[in-house]
Amino acid sequence: MKIHQISLFLENKPGHLNAICRTLAEAKINIVTLSLADTQQFGIVRLIVEEWQKAKEVLEKAGYVVNVREVVAAAVADKPGGMAEVLDIIGKAGVNIEYMYAFAFRHGSEAVLVFRFDNADRAIEALKASGRDVFDAVTLFNQTK
Amino acid sequence: MALYEYAHDLDTPVHPVSAPDYMPAEQLRALQLHRLQGLVRRVYDNVPLTRKRMDERGVRPEHIKTLKDIALLPFMMKTDLRDEYPFGLFASPMNDIVRFHCSSGTTGKPIVIGNTGNDILVWQNGCMRALAMCGVRSSDVMQVAYGYGLFTGGLGLHYGGEGLGCAVLPISGGNTDRQLMLMQDMGVTVIACTPSYFLHLIDEGMKKGIDFKKEMKLKHGVFGAEPWTEGMRDKIESLTGITAHDIYGLTEISGPGVANDCQYRRGLHVFEDHFYPEIVDPDTLEPLPDGERGELVFTTLTRTGTPMLRYRTRDLSRIHTGPCPCGRTIRAIERISARSDDMLIIRGVNVFPSQIEAGLMSVDSVLPHYHIIVGRDGDLDTLEIKVEVTQETFSDDIKTLERLRQRISQAVQRIINISAKITLAEPHTLPRSEGKIKRVTDLRKNV
Ligand SMILES: [Zn+2]
Repeated sequence: MKIHQISLFLENKPGHLNAICRTLAEAKINIVTLSLADTQQFGIVRLIVEEWQKAKEVLEKAGYVVNVREVVAAAVADKPGGMAEVLDIIGKAGVNIEYMYAFAFRHGSEAVLVFRFDNADRAIEALKASGRDVFDAVTLFNQTK
Repeated sequence: MALYEYAHDLDTPVHPVSAPDYMPAEQLRALQLHRLQGLVRRVYDNVPLTRKRMDERGVRPEHIKTLKDIALLPFMMKTDLRDEYPFGLFASPMNDIVRFHCSSGTTGKPIVIGNTGNDILVWQNGCMRALAMCGVRSSDVMQVAYGYGLFTGGLGLHYGGEGLGCAVLPISGGNTDRQLMLMQDMGVTVIACTPSYFLHLIDEGMKKGIDFKKEMKLKHGVFGAEPWTEGMRDKIESLTGITAHDIYGLTEISGPGVANDCQYRRGLHVFEDHFYPEIVDPDTLEPLPDGERGELVFTTLTRTGTPMLRYRTRDLSRIHTGPCPCGRTIRAIERISARSDDMLIIRGVNVFPSQIEAGLMSVDSVLPHYHIIVGRDGDLDTLEIKVEVTQETFSDDIKTLERLRQRISQAVQRIINISAKITLAEPHTLPRSEGKIKRVTDLRKNV
């Protein structure tokens, strides 16, 4: 039920993010979603791509340090209070969110979010128990096509 | 020094070339005095600058009656080599010179050292003894990735390796891909280069997915030509599984092979039957007793081309007292971690780049690619240390990276007592070097 996210270290300098995207584009890898977390000094790019092994390989070959983490993609109702409901479920399960960001596509009337939990298994269990959609890689990437 | 002498000594624990390392102290001192007296006479007769200085002090060659009398003699410095450029300090006629070496001077012109045939043999002997001390034997395959040419690193280790009967791969510096390919394909067991270049090789090798411990036959690294720290040694050894040795030397004194560390790592044994070491107070220039720290000074007892009398190296060290468990009687100098010339004065505090390196190395999992930038903001000196992020240190979590910056900052501050701005850099973006690395950019010098 978990999907792979790759992340890269980035200096806050013009053109650096562009170079990463270009490297992936040349390898014909489509970025499904991307989030940039940055401080004054440096940034971390997090990417979801279908062929994460290939992406890791081409980026490492280009000299980047690449980290692979497991994250959870879950649906959140796109209406007032939708997010609060999910946070509630997670909070009750005693799980913390380290960070989260959104996919550009929708799942029916719902938004799809990427979560990094400190305890992914427990979070998935709690979300499913409350009837939320949690996506595995195959279903998720099918939505994007 | 002929090779056939060593044909039967393949894996001997003590190599016969090392015999002078174990000479009884009394006989060693007698030999040194005899050689010093000959040297002073030769220099006095042939080098006008030294003769003038000795005459001014009222010192004549026959005044040298004991080794302690060396203190009567004037010093030589790099500026003398510059002022007397190119041949003013030569003590042999050009007819006897067989090879020049140069090293960069403080200004535009290099300094020039002339070697006679005998000087080359003495130098080779030093390099053979250094390699033998590292445990290198005739069965080894040695890759010499120091630069060949005017710089002494390449040719010095080359002749040292050949002298021991090693199979030498004279690849010189540069072309990292080819270095790695040949190292792997030829089963190289000894690498000789600067420590920073070896780190670069490790780095590029890891990028290609080469596991140094499994896919390389390397056993020994002979590293020198730039100051490095014990922490750097630990990193190199744990990353590659090799034994990293420290070799010391300088062009003015011959080249590499002036001193080297034995397996006990209690400093570097000086081949003092040829290169006589002294420690002097850098301010008063008074000789200091063994054990005290000061500027390292060498006298080249047997050199004839460009002999050096009491040459001030600008390196800070001390001579260790007490015997070394390896049994050598030649004394050892403390590992050179600081060169006077490298000292930075930041906000009124003396800082050596090696201290910053020691701080960085004390942080777990920081890889040793760093660059120091000193600048000025208004009236205040600024210190920035750029450290490359590595596979080990990178996390997709901002808090973890900020904590890493903090840990690095504290570790450095603990040693140098001033705060530094730590900047994390993308991998493979800081300057690399194929020879001596430049670790510091001092922007204040451009103002
Ligand atoms: Zn020893």
